Amino acid sequence: MIRSLLIVLYGFVLGSGLARSSESVPVVASGRAQLLDALLTPPARQIAAVRALIGVEDAAITPALTAWRAGELYLVPLPNGALVPATLATAPDGGDFLVAISVLDGLPVPDSASGVGSAHPLRIVPKSLKSLETTATLRRAIRDVLEVAGVADASPSVRYESIERLGQSRKAEHLPLLQARLAIEKTPAVSRALADAIAFIQLSDSSPTVRLVAIAALGEAHSLAAASRFKELLAATPPPSSEEVAALSAALKKIESHWKTVNFFGDLFRGLSAGSVLLLIALGLAITFGLMGVINMAHGELMVVGAYSTFVTQNLFVSALGTASPFLNLYFIAALPAAFFSAALVGLALERGVIQFLYKRPLESLLATWGVSLALQQTFRLIFGPANVQINAPSWLQGSAAFHDVLFAYNRLFVIGFAALVVFGVWLVLNRTSLGLLVRAVMQNRQMASCIGVRATRVNMLTFAFGSGLAGLAGACLSQLGNVGPSMGQLHIIDSFMVVVSGGVGNILGSVAASLGIGTVDQLLQPLLGAVMGKILVLFAIILFLQWRPGGLFPTRSRSLD
Amino acid sequence: MSVPAKLSDVEPRFFTRAQWASFLLPTLLLALVLPLLNALLPSEHLLRPSDFTLNLYGKYATYAVLALGVDLLWGFLGILSLGQALFFALGGYAFGMHLLLMIGKDGQYKSKLPDYMVFLGYKALPVHWQPFYSFSFATCAVLVIPALIAFVFGWLAFRSRIKGVYLSILTQALTYAAALLFFRNDFGFGGNNGFTDFKRVLGADLNSPTTRRVLYVSSVLLLAGVFLLYRWLTRAKFGHLLQAIRDGENRVLFSGYATASYKLFVFVLVAAITGIAGALYVPQVGIINPSEMTPEKSLEAVVWVAVGGRGTLLGPVLGAFFVNALKSWATRSVPELWLYIIGGLFIVVVLFLPGGLISLPARFRLLWARYRSRASRPDSSTFFQQP
Repeated sequence: MIRSLLIVLYGFVLGSGLARSSESVPVVASGRAQLLDALLTPPARQIAAVRALIGVEDAAITPALTAWRAGELYLVPLPNGALVPATLATAPDGGDFLVAISVLDGLPVPDSASGVGSAHPLRIVPKSLKSLETTATLRRAIRDVLEVAGVADASPSVRYESIERLGQSRKAEHLPLLQARLAIEKTPAVSRALADAIAFIQLSDSSPTVRLVAIAALGEAHSLAAASRFKELLAATPPPSSEEVAALSAALKKIESHWKTVNFFGDLFRGLSAGSVLLLIALGLAITFGLMGVINMAHGELMVVGAYSTFVTQNLFVSALGTASPFLNLYFIAALPAAFFSAALVGLALERGVIQFLYKRPLESLLATWGVSLALQQTFRLIFGPANVQINAPSWLQGSAAFHDVLFAYNRLFVIGFAALVVFGVWLVLNRTSLGLLVRAVMQNRQMASCIGVRATRVNMLTFAFGSGLAGLAGACLSQLGNVGPSMGQLHIIDSFMVVVSGGVGNILGSVAASLGIGTVDQLLQPLLGAVMGKILVLFAIILFLQWRPGGLFPTRSRSLD
Repeated sequence: MSVPAKLSDVEPRFFTRAQWASFLLPTLLLALVLPLLNALLPSEHLLRPSDFTLNLYGKYATYAVLALGVDLLWGFLGILSLGQALFFALGGYAFGMHLLLMIGKDGQYKSKLPDYMVFLGYKALPVHWQPFYSFSFATCAVLVIPALIAFVFGWLAFRSRIKGVYLSILTQALTYAAALLFFRNDFGFGGNNGFTDFKRVLGADLNSPTTRRVLYVSSVLLLAGVFLLYRWLTRAKFGHLLQAIRDGENRVLFSGYATASYKLFVFVLVAAITGIAGALYVPQVGIINPSEMTPEKSLEAVVWVAVGGRGTLLGPVLGAFFVNALKSWATRSVPELWLYIIGGLFIVVVLFLPGGLISLPARFRLLWARYRSRASRPDSSTFFQQP
């Protein structure tokens, strides 16, 4: 009797509160009133009242019931005798008091002693209140309410998840709710999930025709969850009717062949992106090794220089703009030229300091640059520490696009596009600029070129810096795909040497073909043989391939011997 | 100018008397005096080399054999093989299999199977492990397995005339692929832990000082024997052909020599001998794992040769002892500088001292001669006209 009086009293307070915020939505008020009723009625009627909330759409229900079930819901008495269901939180101004956050409107309960509409929240002494109690049956009822509450949530992803959960529960009692929702659902992905969930529940229907329709529908929808359920059903005792067995296996076959195709294209895409990474690394190598004949074992470390300059750029952006700035995502754009020029600078120093003395001794350039690579690795370790550094991908490189169930990760798409762009850029530089002309002249015949006035030393210097800069770009890209650490360069150097050798030394087109080929074959072999065996097989295949074509895919033709 | 009738007129002797002395003295010192001092003197005596020192020198001696192989291929034949660590490790693995089986039931799990097999849930010894119970079979395997791999790879590579940098890259890839393979647990060779915890060889306790001395002496004798063998090979007409191939393979080919066969022969011979060195290395170090067969290890061996002086036989031996002693010291005293030291050493040697340490005396003699000639003839113009 007293309780219902309190409800009426609080209804007045609540009404005045709602009048401010959302007067035009009466449904909300009725949902809230029902919720309040469920919270405040005597325990005997409580379970029925909670169950009455099933299917009621109101944003306050889920947080209130979740808190209730967890024992974190309190009834806060107001001075006028009304009770407000609320959760407790520490006061924003600190201190030993707590404030009550009403679960009905998500606002702090005002201290009405200081007048209606005052901004001061009600302060509560800790442990002065007891949480609202629950019993096992009540918690079960709450769970049932929460289970379906998500179906009507405002966010499509929450709807999607709870619909999937309902489908997995295979309870026939959810069917009407799901069907009603299907009629009004507007988001296509959620609609599909609803249809799947309905069919999934109907798999256990008593009527064989309904079951057959559901099986066919799930087969059409290529549902993976359905595939494992089908297998269970096929293996069940007693076995289903022969008609059903046929339908099940047909649907199963359909689903499996669909996913096989999807996985194949997924692998192909990953192979393409792995090939693009290889291409980015190998392109710089194709220039320094292929065109100049210098074996640069420090090429991998030049790549790491690019990756670390991405890291430094990121940190500069964070310290200049703060962690919350929306422009932080643009750091990667700035990091690309930074990576290119820092790696080119290191490459320039390497060429001036070591390599310029070794153009006639390629085997020894291999040894000296290996020494440089060791020293660089140790330098990275001393500056950035031996552990991997944290590079956060900009938000526009996170996530993926799905096309016919095949996932295309944005960072991989970016790498593929970027590699294509870089190849085009290299082609432009080599074939359409005067530097490119000089480069090709010096590569073909250094002495003849210097005889007709080409400054070969300078061209060598610039070419080597250009190749090194490309390595830096590759490093910046790689920082978005994998770990960045001091020994990261060693992982890729052998693969990229193999790309240049099998593509044909001195040939950009060969490197493109070889890197895409090697990357794709590697990725396609991986699901069959495992990551390492696939790699080993590819290495041996390359060794054998070079027996057949020692000059690579596109050998440079020359009449000279030795 | 008269053309010498026989090559022996140019190279009159295998060793001159002085060379015999300079070969025999250090050999005797290392193979006889040091172990005797170690065995006979009381442990606190000033002149007594410790067990640790002997063990270290034994390890260096096997490294020196590896370096000699790299040198015969690179310095004399012009093949920079980055796969020598693979052959070294293969020999080590083959002998390690025998040592592992000789542990018997004294392992952690008290099983007849090696520990890692018990750990991985093997029920019985794989068939290809069975013959390794026999010492003589294991010894043969130490020779044959690296030689076989070298033969197959070399036959394919030399036949299609892959040479220079390409061969280096291919051997590097081969080593890399093999290391990846051995790192896998399901390849059946202990994964990245490899083989360790050996107990005995030929019934003798591996931890006893006597066994360790015997292993040390055999390593030194192996080194001396391989040195003499390579010396003989390179002094003979055969050796001149190798150098001719290095300097102008096509000319040798057009003179009617099957250069590919010569290269293949040396490649296989060196692989087998490197395998023996690896087999002696394993019981002295007590462990073999795939990190011994990475391309970096091969490159390290190349450093020893380059630092010592390639194209000579003494140089690589000196280089192997010197660089490894430096490494032992540096990784203990200044570990963070070690990579700078070896990297810098490499760059300096390649750029400024292509002849290696062994060429230092000759360089100093040259400088001294120039200094003397300038001192005796103060006219600077003649100095600048000298070559």
